[in-house]
Amino acid sequence: MNDTTGMPASAVVLGGDSELAAAVLAKLAKRRLERVVLAGRNEEALARRGAELSALGVKDVRTVHFDATDHERHDGLASELASELGDIDLVLVATGALGRTGSDELTGAEVARSIDTNFTGPAAALVGFARVLRRQGHGTLAVFSSVAAVRVRRANFVYGSAKAGLDGFCQGLQDELAHARAGVRLMIIRPGFVHTKMTAGMAPQPFATEADVVADAVVRGLETSAELVVVPAALGPLSVLMRLVPRALWRRLPS
Amino acid sequence: MSPPPSGGREAPTEPEPVLVSGFGRASASAAVTTLVRSPDHLDELIARRAASGGRALARGLGRAYGDAAQCAGGLVFDCRGLDQVLELDATRGVVRVEAGCSLRALLAAIVPAGWFLPVTPGTAEVTIGGAIAADVHGKNHHRDGTFSAFVDELVLHTPVGRRTLSPADSPEPFFATVAGMGLTGVISQATLRLAPITTSKMVVETRRGADLDQTMEILERADASHHYSVAWVDGVARGRCFGRSVITLGEHAGIEDLPAHQRTDPLAPARARCLPVPPGLPRLISAPLIHAFNATYFRRAPRRATREVLAYPPYFYPLDALADWNRLYGRRGFLQYQYVVPDERADVVRLVFERLIAAGQHPSLVVLKRFGAAGPAPLSFPRPGWTVAIDLLAGTEDLAATLDRVDELVASAGGRVYFAKDGRLRPELVAAMYPELGRWQAARAELDPDGLFVSDLARRLHLVAPEPRFAPGGRDE
Repeated sequence: MNDTTGMPASAVVLGGDSELAAAVLAKLAKRRLERVVLAGRNEEALARRGAELSALGVKDVRTVHFDATDHERHDGLASELASELGDIDLVLVATGALGRTGSDELTGAEVARSIDTNFTGPAAALVGFARVLRRQGHGTLAVFSSVAAVRVRRANFVYGSAKAGLDGFCQGLQDELAHARAGVRLMIIRPGFVHTKMTAGMAPQPFATEADVVADAVVRGLETSAELVVVPAALGPLSVLMRLVPRALWRRLPS
Repeated sequence: MSPPPSGGREAPTEPEPVLVSGFGRASASAAVTTLVRSPDHLDELIARRAASGGRALARGLGRAYGDAAQCAGGLVFDCRGLDQVLELDATRGVVRVEAGCSLRALLAAIVPAGWFLPVTPGTAEVTIGGAIAADVHGKNHHRDGTFSAFVDELVLHTPVGRRTLSPADSPEPFFATVAGMGLTGVISQATLRLAPITTSKMVVETRRGADLDQTMEILERADASHHYSVAWVDGVARGRCFGRSVITLGEHAGIEDLPAHQRTDPLAPARARCLPVPPGLPRLISAPLIHAFNATYFRRAPRRATREVLAYPPYFYPLDALADWNRLYGRRGFLQYQYVVPDERADVVRLVFERLIAAGQHPSLVVLKRFGAAGPAPLSFPRPGWTVAIDLLAGTEDLAATLDRVDELVASAGGRVYFAKDGRLRPELVAAMYPELGRWQAARAELDPDGLFVSDLARRLHLVAPEPRFAPGGRDE
């Protein structure tokens, strides 16, 4: 059960080897997290993350193979995990990859794969988990979108458009869940540029931040029942401006 | 998903779940609710649910602040349908009453006959069943103990049948049901011993406590001198005023205490005014308002101790005058943290206030009082010492971490928190706070062997074993 301060006892993480997810789980482990399933592709990385969580005192840590692009398996996975884990208090969706940019070099398969990893895959998984949470009568879905989803930029338009798709999908699901009054809520997280393995080697963008700062914001979002977490917070008002910049100017912004 | 067919009477479709929340409204969950119409209907509902393998829970007026009366994904028995006062023996002062009857309705029936509830909590909007299941206490705990001390008998419906329980003939199941948070079965009726009164009024002495030390000193002295005692404490005042309070000491008024015009009808029922708070309000309670309210409340209290005669509702149930006042906290709700610490660790009372202030929390309403001897029920909250109930805005930053630290302070002082108020305790601390948990679990296992009755609270705190359909792999219980 999520408690009255929004803290979960159990969590399923899609993209279980994500650094952002790991930072969030480390904070939740200090509160009441006792059961975790890390789902992802890289079993070695999952095992390492799992060991970290065990060391933090999480009693029951498991890993499971999950490929965001294997849509056929998504529905089954949600109900399998529910019967194995008991109630799922929190589903943290942290799948995603930046991928290459530049239409000159990109292959069609690469674009399709990026959109699948960043949008179609997590979206397909989300409906399965939303159904499980509704059946159990409570729970929180927390989904990593990105500030890149606010307005697609030339610099990362494949990733940005996929995240924009996921963000829009989540907003719709949020409204549906709120309307259903089924005790299930969804929180959208839009981090800016975060120094992680995914962004290693890239030139840091303005308002760059750390995984730990993002994790603090996510925990605060859970505590305050936020529907949207923008981190760093300065990107919130900036997002509004980003939408208002004329195309001609937006196009010229440095990548 | 297609909408459920409308008007399809022939096929009894499973009704849609609805949101069920505690009084604090901070962590609602969805469940199917069904109104219990009679004790036989209750047996039928339990049998049907036990056969289907789902979980279930009784619910009364929903005054538990946290998740004690929630049953996510399960079936909630709405016991408000069992609301009759069955039999009042006005000569002996014994009443048999259905469990869904509210204290308010029961008082309306017994006060004109010259009887009162021997123990009452700070609201009359709780059911008899709820009062037993939480083993509630009142402002007279230091003298009279908890609600269950006056329960002669109760009828409990369980998956293994209907049982009449009494403290003498069936102590284990009786005291597992008392303070059992509804997890041993559903109470359908109870027989209570009442306290005699000669008037429906209270003589109330009101005085200020200048700071926490003086407040505690006055309350300690009042143990011997007064039947009822409680202090409202300003939880946000700092410096010299830290812990300032308004203390009210009460006695049931005798006829000689009443002004002449009230003596003709001393047991006249109280005409309680009740203002409703509309639903859907944004959060109206904010930190500045909390500070202003607390300061005003203190200043309004007389500088010197004064005595007045009051009807019983404004003394016992001041907040009942504002129906659904929990809505003032908005959609995100609030929570109440109530703990008790033994006398020798009275210093914890100060420490907790300091922690909350240091963490930037703003307690909106704080009540301090003394507890007397503990009762025999394994999960009963009161034990000798000091108890403090603190209302806090839910959904504020760092509340989880702050209260986790407070829990540890309370537990290490040999204290405990109150399940009826809880929505967030860590399960690891339950065994330390309630050392007789194992005894209670054993008694519960006999009454509800398959674990039909489960609440969100019970699951969160592992009061009951995880459901068998969930593989225990990795869990160490």
